[in-house]
Amino acid sequence: MFPLRVSDLRWHAAGRAVLDGLSLELGGEGITILLGPNGAGKSVFLRTLCGLLEPDAGHIDWGGAARPEFGVAMVFQQPKMLRDSLLGNVELALRPLKVPAAERQARARAVLERVGLLHRARDSARSLSGGERQRLALARAWVTRPRLLLLDEPTASLDPSSVEAIERIVREIRTEGTRILMTTHNLGQATRLADDVVFIDAGRVCEHAPVQRFFARPASPAARLYIQGELPWRMAF
Amino acid sequence: MNGLSLAFSEAFSLLAGFDHRVAEIVLLSLQVSGLAVLFGTLIGLPLGACLGVGRFPGRQVLVVLLNGCMGLPSVVVGVVVYLILSRSGPLGEFGLLYSATAMVIAQTFLVVPLMAAIARQVVEDAWRDYEEELTAMRFRWFDSVRVLLHDCRHSLMVAVLAGLGRAMSEVGAVMIVGGNIDRSTRVMTTAIALETSKGDLPLAIALGTVLLGVILLLNAVAYVLRQWATRRYA
Repeated sequence: MFPLRVSDLRWHAAGRAVLDGLSLELGGEGITILLGPNGAGKSVFLRTLCGLLEPDAGHIDWGGAARPEFGVAMVFQQPKMLRDSLLGNVELALRPLKVPAAERQARARAVLERVGLLHRARDSARSLSGGERQRLALARAWVTRPRLLLLDEPTASLDPSSVEAIERIVREIRTEGTRILMTTHNLGQATRLADDVVFIDAGRVCEHAPVQRFFARPASPAARLYIQGELPWRMAF
Repeated sequence: MNGLSLAFSEAFSLLAGFDHRVAEIVLLSLQVSGLAVLFGTLIGLPLGACLGVGRFPGRQVLVVLLNGCMGLPSVVVGVVVYLILSRSGPLGEFGLLYSATAMVIAQTFLVVPLMAAIARQVVEDAWRDYEEELTAMRFRWFDSVRVLLHDCRHSLMVAVLAGLGRAMSEVGAVMIVGGNIDRSTRVMTTAIALETSKGDLPLAIALGTVLLGVILLLNAVAYVLRQWATRRYA
């Protein structure tokens, strides 16, 4: 699957170029944060990687192989949960993988424990708070043991303690060897989580740099302006 | 006024005394409509769900046709089933005309489009919500149909109730293919129509009361189930 090479990706909606020649190369480890203003094309890019959108042009090379059927998971900004228990929702993700029922439950329980929701395994998933729901969504993705995990603003509208819990889980997932690509508008979070930052504006990659260099010396004017506009956020270094 | 009071009084005597004629008719009605709704559930709900999730050429035409069939006149269905089951029809050799089986077939034809159309709408709305999640999890469309049918099970009770209401209140089709034969194919609606025309109001009122009671009871059960589901699954 890696190195993942994205070349000249283009996607239009209502006559507007949302992805306008986006190119990027990602290695097989770490957390990459996608930054950029609203409408820059970050979420659309994640959706094309996930296979939810077909690009109008361009190419995605999955380490020289065909696009893998499994191994890529995505967590959305507002995840949808079935009218089922937490356990049922996590087990759901294993069904397309044809995991036997007994193993499904064991894996689902193990991952629920790791996100701190095992004590509520039999509760309705729809009774969860926003932060708990997002942890459940992460569990649902994690249980499939993805090689690449796409996170689309998973902490938007969450309180600080929920954000901290999500970040802890994201770090844990990373330590198990899952490559993470995540969008956020929270620059403090980017500095806490990222190994490298990709700055996207108007459907193109303006800059791709290690996190410390990106925040210390942003090379592109667009990234510099973006960071200045967000300076009130707390930095981790 | 006296006559009407007397009719009601006699009707309730029939009900209170568990009149065997009333019981026989009620039982047959429940059997015929119950089976029709069962077949409607097995055929109509998956069919509607497939239309709600699937995207294929001609889908919109099918949706329009299905919606149009919701208001299918029962006498038309009765005539069509009659032609199919009559001795010269394609299934004539089975000798099903004027039997309870013929009535089940006719009512199934009536309830399938109604149940499928409601299921299509319910599942399509759910699909809008879940499409990205299920596609990202690599569910094939057919598996998505199964997931959504299960997820929408409480909302789909509306489709089952609508089918049951249609089947139980229907008179035209069962009259044509069943023949309203005493102790054989006489159900509540056909009996009510016949007894009213004969002037035997007590039996008609008694059967009408049972019919209303059954429909109200089923709706009450469905309401309680939905309330429970809302509390359980938020």
